[in-house]
Parts: sequence; structure tokens; C-alpha cells
Amino acid sequence: MSPELGHLAVIAALCLSFFQAVIPMVGSFVGHRSWMRLGHSLALGQFVFLGLAFVCLISVFIQDDFSVAYVANNSNTLLPLHYKVSAVWGAHEGSLLLWTLILAGWSGAIALFSGHMPQTFSARVLSILGFISLGFLLFLLFTSNPFERLLPVSPIEGRDLNPLLQDFGLIVHPPMLYMGYVGSSVPFAFAIAALIGGQFDSAWARWSRPWINTSWVFLTLGISLGSWWAYYELGWGGWWFWDPVENASFMPWLMSTALVHSVAATEKRGVFRSWTLLLAILSFSLSLLGAFLVRSGILTSVHSFANDPERGIFILWFLVIVVGASLLLFAIRSPQMANSTTHRGWSRETILLVNNVLLVTSTATIFIGTLYPLFSDVFQLGKISVGAPYFNFFFVPLMIILMLALGFAGFTRWGSTDVNLLLRRGLFPGLLSFFIALLVPALLTDSSSGSSYSFTAGITLFVSAWVLFMTIEDIYLKSRGSWINAKRFTCSYWGMVIAHIGLAACALGVGMSSSYDEQRDLRMMPGDAVKISDYEFRFGGVNRVDNANFVAFRGEVSVTDKTGMTINLFPEKRNYKAGGQVMTEAAIDASLARDLYVSLGEPLQGEAWAVRLQIKPLVRFIWLGSVLIGFGGLLAAFDKRYRRRKKLLDGQSNRGGLAFE
Amino acid sequence: MNKFAVFAPLALFLGLSMILFLGLDKDPSILPSALVDKEFPEFDLMALDDEHRQITREELLGDVTLVNVWASWCYACSVEHNMLNKLSDRGVKIVGLNYKDQVEDAMLWLENLGDPFVYSVSDIRGRLGLDLGVYGAPETFLVDAQGIIRYRRVGVIDERVWRNEFRDLYAELLVEAQ
Amino acid sequence: MKRLLLVYTLLFFSIAFGLDDLVEFSDPLLRERYDQLTWELRCPKCQNQNLADSNSPISLDLKDEIHHLLERGLSNQEIKSHLTSRYSDFILYRPQVNKTTSILWGSPILILFIGGWLVFRLSRRSNELKQENLKSEMDKQRLKNLLDSGTIE
Repeated sequence: MSPELGHLAVIAALCLSFFQAVIPMVGSFVGHRSWMRLGHSLALGQFVFLGLAFVCLISVFIQDDFSVAYVANNSNTLLPLHYKVSAVWGAHEGSLLLWTLILAGWSGAIALFSGHMPQTFSARVLSILGFISLGFLLFLLFTSNPFERLLPVSPIEGRDLNPLLQDFGLIVHPPMLYMGYVGSSVPFAFAIAALIGGQFDSAWARWSRPWINTSWVFLTLGISLGSWWAYYELGWGGWWFWDPVENASFMPWLMSTALVHSVAATEKRGVFRSWTLLLAILSFSLSLLGAFLVRSGILTSVHSFANDPERGIFILWFLVIVVGASLLLFAIRSPQMANSTTHRGWSRETILLVNNVLLVTSTATIFIGTLYPLFSDVFQLGKISVGAPYFNFFFVPLMIILMLALGFAGFTRWGSTDVNLLLRRGLFPGLLSFFIALLVPALLTDSSSGSSYSFTAGITLFVSAWVLFMTIEDIYLKSRGSWINAKRFTCSYWGMVIAHIGLAACALGVGMSSSYDEQRDLRMMPGDAVKISDYEFRFGGVNRVDNANFVAFRGEVSVTDKTGMTINLFPEKRNYKAGGQVMTEAAIDASLARDLYVSLGEPLQGEAWAVRLQIKPLVRFIWLGSVLIGFGGLLAAFDKRYRRRKKLLDGQSNRGGLAFE
Repeated sequence: MNKFAVFAPLALFLGLSMILFLGLDKDPSILPSALVDKEFPEFDLMALDDEHRQITREELLGDVTLVNVWASWCYACSVEHNMLNKLSDRGVKIVGLNYKDQVEDAMLWLENLGDPFVYSVSDIRGRLGLDLGVYGAPETFLVDAQGIIRYRRVGVIDERVWRNEFRDLYAELLVEAQ
Repeated sequence: MKRLLLVYTLLFFSIAFGLDDLVEFSDPLLRERYDQLTWELRCPKCQNQNLADSNSPISLDLKDEIHHLLERGLSNQEIKSHLTSRYSDFILYRPQVNKTTSILWGSPILILFIGGWLVFRLSRRSNELKQENLKSEMDKQRLKNLLDSGTIE
């Protein structure tokens, strides 16, 4: 019963999405109020039906109903309950249902919180979201139906969820990531609605900013979770591989970051209008492109879903229609939106422009690097690979320049800024950062291991310290040294401060863990010990442990630091019963200062094992920094002035300009 | 943005779409061989069935040969083996390269599934495989009479693959050899 | 005498606690190069992994080969050539710089320069006329917004 109910619910949602795509849009042109209002109910209705479908899919998994093909391919009676639930979005079809559900969720949220926007505008936004929904639901029903049955002969046992996915990470990462990925369709819808209506001003910016910021926060956290998950799950200590699937989520993030900054200028000064619109369109386009790259099999990746060119064609056509039409609309309509360039010299506008150019260049680089192997293959230029060396070569310097510019940001003024002022502001923090960059790596050189001054560490320290000190200086000067003044700063300002500090922390983690990472691959017998840096690692041998759906070979490694404190780590090598896969479970002792990372390699002769031991200084800063970035964004999104809208509307002031500030 | 620059994103996007459409037909995991039109590497390996006999590259000269990389631990090789038997019956000269295998296991395997090979060389450490750029069995190299590699296939050969990828080139090379 | 005893004791302990690295090198510099090479080279068979992180049979063979070639004294470039002549450029994660990859290596720099030029262009002082046009545009927009927003019906 459940699968059929779920299936019907999806079909119902499809019908609703069709009406949602058409009726409010038509209503907005004709001036039909009730048609425009219908969009809101349709969006909420879609959410209800897709929610129902989702619940049905979950219940089908819990019941071990292997007559449903998707369950048979991704679950197993031995699978623990919480993984049965998260297996719902563990593969292509189910994750697509999650996508449509989240899209309906965002649309529903618009329906509920758009009271302060003109009706024509919100009607058009919902229609556009409805159209996107329509596309995805058609894709789901026709090529990737999670409710497809295996009848009349159903398997008695499922093929099991990929062991790599039987993990906490699967429970949190995809939902969070999709909230951001799908959330980028909201700014997109706002932009298209503005282009259709031919009206675009700082009111638009003010309506859209909370949505832009919030979806960006989700994407930030989603990517961060993915990186953290890969780190502890894959077993080798890496946290970013420039894999096509990772890049597919990173590119929208970079564009969204540029958008977050561009729309700030549009709201405050009415500038960068075309840029903001274009960035909103491109962020979502990259998100759609990402979905295509991941699900079509066109690029090789550890993370991609099963290859299916038929699905690829469908998404590609959808991509071409949606993005093509948007960019065409943009080309035709945006010149009408007068773009004033009243700034000059080293103004805040210039700095934001620099920020955006760097982010767009980074995105373009990652884009070219990711797609070049395909390009080369299609044009018979041979099969090549583009990997970390290429991406790091360009991305790192670009980010360094960005962070240098970031330091100055707080001191720039709209319109124009005195360069000398900027240099004066930068002098002391610059010197301090330079001093730290010289001193710390010098102190950290370890003459016994023959290491020398690390330039990458020096540059990292300079750039991170620079951002931190310049931000602190900005707070100090703006509050005139008084904490009472500082408490009156807006959420928007504090959000920016926290996000920028988060970036500095993240960069610190990246740079320091790369510079001072210590790794040894050893052949160890029970009782063997080795000293790496200030730690002694002692191998205690391996025992066999039986679990519900896998057999584990559990090693014991005790680590003693220079104070004599010992911790025990238990890395595992797991053989999964259902599918026979072998997995490496690393054992990690995490702390702010360093991670101790221990994993088992292969069993060698006798009782010996290959063991990989790693010390990773400050690696936690990477994820803590990105959480700070997300938190900063959230703070900024909930700034009072976005919530003050209703009040201003009600209490009519003589300013007459609810549209302008 | 000026009047024409605004169309740039659209133009670039349409270009990209075409590339993506074309790309859907490609398989990103198949490597091209770096050795096409190059000489078959030098080697000096023991024959599988006769430990006193050493075989070198010299023996490949003079005939158009199929060199098939196989192993007893390779499941796909057993799937392909019937096709090789058929080809051998049709007169195609096939040389086996027993890749990273144990001699006894390999001999037993051939006993059970048939031996289409004129002879097999025993590449226990996989050194010849490495020189050939082998990354997964089964692989098959088409070598002409001068000992130049003309084509490499990664994966099982069946009737369709033989027809589409090998047959014509093989015929051509036979004529050349005359 | 005491010093000799100390030396012998240290020697004894270093042997007793001597562990084998999985891959032994005669020179620590070789190990550094080994780590660099295995990070830069791709496993031919895996789903996008470098040799360092991969334990598939072909990766182990290739790592062995690299080790062997390093001990024989070949340079990094020679080792890469040795491998690409067998496995093609596909195994290089750092693409070659040649005519084929000119777009790949050149575009980011080009885009950065275009962006920089754009920033420069846009920060120059705009002319007064644009300001006037903007003011009247803004007035028109304001009226439109008031009408659209529904506060004036």
C-alpha cells in the first residue's frame, strides 16, 4: 500500500507543480488577484504531497519491502534502523525525491513569508519555482522513480547500502547540502521575476537578501560536512580532493558568496544590478550543472551516482532550457536597468568588485579544470586528467589575494576612499602579521627531523593574522573603543565579522595542516612502538569482532604524548557481509591543536599489519572555521531590518519610500 | 554591461551545452593505449607450459598476432575465453600473457576452459604488463607482423566487439603481411 | 669508556625499536619525492584517486616501480615520462603544458586579467550626465514601486 500511496502523492505533486508554474504567472500579467494568490496554496500543497511521498518511502525502507526496486538495491534486513532511514537518500532516485521535497519546502517558505512583497512579484517567483519543480518531478517520474516495483517476483533480501554510506555523515550531509543547493533556486527565481517584471531596485535587494544569505549558509555547512565526512570516513586523512562532485558543489558556493556580497552593494547603493542578477542566475545554473555532472556518468568520480546516459540527456535538456532562457532574458532585459557607476578609486564598491572578480575567476578556473578532460575527449585531443596540482596552483594564490583585499574591506567607504587612509589602517596589523609569519614557523622548525622554515606556513599565518587583526581594528575604531557602542552594532555587521574571522580560521587550518602534516606508513608487529614528533605510537595487535552486518578486524594503538598521557585508538578494517566490500575505519583523536589519525592498511605476514600513522596540526580549524562562516551568514540573514518590514508597512511614515532607503 | 557583452554568458553557455551533449556518448573510464603504433616492448619470459623455454619479442615477428592478457583469478577472462577459442579455431593466432598468476593455477584453468593460445608467457611479476600499460585483465593487443602494436582493447571481446573493433583491421594487417 | 657504553646502548635501542617503513628508501630526500610523485600520479583503474591513496593492485605495482626508479637515480621528470609512455598522459594529475592544454593553463590567467581590467575601468570617475539620467530613472522607479507595492490602490 505504502509504495503506491507514495507514488500517487508524487503524481499529485506533479499536477500541482504544473498549475503552480502556469497560473500565477499568467495571473500576474492579466492582473487576476486570485490566480496570483493561488501560487501560495499550490506551493504549500506540493510540500504536503511530497512530504507524504517521502514518509511513504521511509516506511517502505523500515518495513524491508524489497518489492520496491530502490529498497532492494539499497537496503538489507541486517541494516541498522537509522541507516535504513538515511538510505532513503543514499542513491539517485531517493535523493531526487529529497531534492523535490526540499524545493517544495523553500517554495512553501516563500509562500508563507512573502507578505511584504508585491503580489505580482511573489506570484512570479512561485511560478518560476513551480516550473523548476515540474522539471524535476517529470525527471523523477519518468526516469528515476523510487517507487518502481519488482513484481511479481520480489527478492527476499536486499543488496545492502554501500558500506561507505553506513555512517552518521549520510544522515546529515545530503539534507544540509541539498538545502543549500536547492536553496539557490530562490535567488534565481527572484532574479527572473525581476527581469520579467522589468523592475529591479534596492527593494528587490532587501527582499531577496535574507533568502540569499540563508541558502548560502546551508550550502556552506553542507560542503563543510561533506569534507569532514570524507576525512574520517575514507580512511586516508584527506579532506578535499578536487573531485568533480566536490567541485560541483563548490562552484555554486563560490558564486553564491559573490552574490552575497554583490547584493549588499545593490541594496545599499543600487549598484552592480546586472552583476547581481547574473550571479543569481549563474549560481543556480551551476547547481543544476552539478546535478547533471553527478548523475549522468559523464565524469569519473568516487562520489558519483550510477551512470545512466538516459538520465543525463533529460537533465541536460532541462538545464539548456532553464539556463538558456534565463540568460536570454538577462541579455534582453538587463541593459534597461540603469547601472550607475558613481564610485571611483579605492571605494567599497571597488573592493567588492575585486572580491567578485576573484571569486568568479576561481569559479571559472575550477569549472575549466573539471570539464577540460571532457572537452579534450570530445575534440579528440586525448584523454587527460586534471587534479589537485592544477586546482591548488590557481586557487590558493587567488584566495591569498582575496584575503589581503578582505582586510581592507571594513575601512573602505562607499563612493570613494582615501588610499592613504587604507594604508595607515593596514600598517600596524600588517607589521604584526608579518612578525608572526616570520616567528612561528621559525620556532616550529625541528632541527632533529631536519625540517626548515615552512614558507607555506608563513604565508598562511600572515594572511590569517592579517584578516583577524584588520577585523579587530575595524571593530575597535567603529566602536571608538567602547564596548557599549559595539553592542549596538547590527546583526549584519557582526555576521560579517564572524564570517570573515571564520574564513581566517579555515585558511589557518588548511595551511598549517598541509605544512606540518606528519605521516608514516609502517609495518608493525604487536608490541612495536615508534616515535613521531612528540608522540609515541604503540601497536597492540588486531582482534576479530563480529557485528550485525560486518566483521571487523579491530586494531589497538595507544598514543602517549610528551606529558605521559595515553589515549587508545581502535582503527578497524571491516568486511561487510552482504556485499563483501572492505572498508577502512580510521581512529581519530581530535583536538583543536592537532588530530591524531590512525588507520590500518593490509594484513602482512604473520601478525604484522601495515599501519598508517598521521599527526595533523590544526586540521579542526578547517571545519570550525567554516561553521563560523555559516554562523556569521545566519546572523546577517536575521538582521532586524529584514524583519522590520511589516512594521514599516503598517505604520505609514511620511518617507513614502518603503522601496528605498 | 554594454549591449553585446550581455549576450556573452548565453553564447558561452550554448557552446558548453553542445560539448556536454557530445560528451554523453563518451566513456570517461577507458584509457587510450599509449603504445599504439609503437613497438611491442622487449621481454624475456618463461613459457607457461615449459619452464625450460624462454620466449622473447622475436617470436612475435612475422605474423599478425593477438596478444591476450589473462589470469586464472580474472572472472571476466573466463567469460571471454569461449570467444578466444572460437577465434583460434578460425585461424587467428593468439598469444597469451599470463598476468600475475601462479603457473599451476594457470595451467589448470586452461585445461578446464580450453587453450586457444599458440603459447602463453608467464608474467608472474607483471613487468611486461606494466611495460604494456595494462591496468586490468582482460586486455587484448593487436600486433602486426613487424611487431608494432596497432590496437588495444580493454575488456571482454565478444562477437560484436570483434566485428566492430578488430575484424577489419586484422584483415588489413594480414594483407599487409603478405 | 662511559661514552662508548652510551653509544652502544643507543645503537642497541635504535635497532631494537627499528621498524620497517612499508617502503624503505636509502635517502630521506627520495621519500619526499616519492610522496610528491604518488600524490601527483593517478591510479589508472580507480574512480579518480591518486596512487598515494589507492591500494588497488595496479597502484601497488606502480608505486613499486616508482620506488625502483627513484633508487636507480632517475629524475622526477624521467620517472613521469617512463610512466606516461606506458599509461598515457591520463595518469598525470598535473597536466602537461603544451599546445593541447594551452586553454587549460592559460584561461584562468586571462580571466583574471580581464577581471582586473574591468575593475579598473569601472572605478574611473563617471561623467555627470550619467548622474542626471540616473536621478530621473530613480524617480520613475519610485513611482512605479509605490503603485506596484499595493500601498496605493
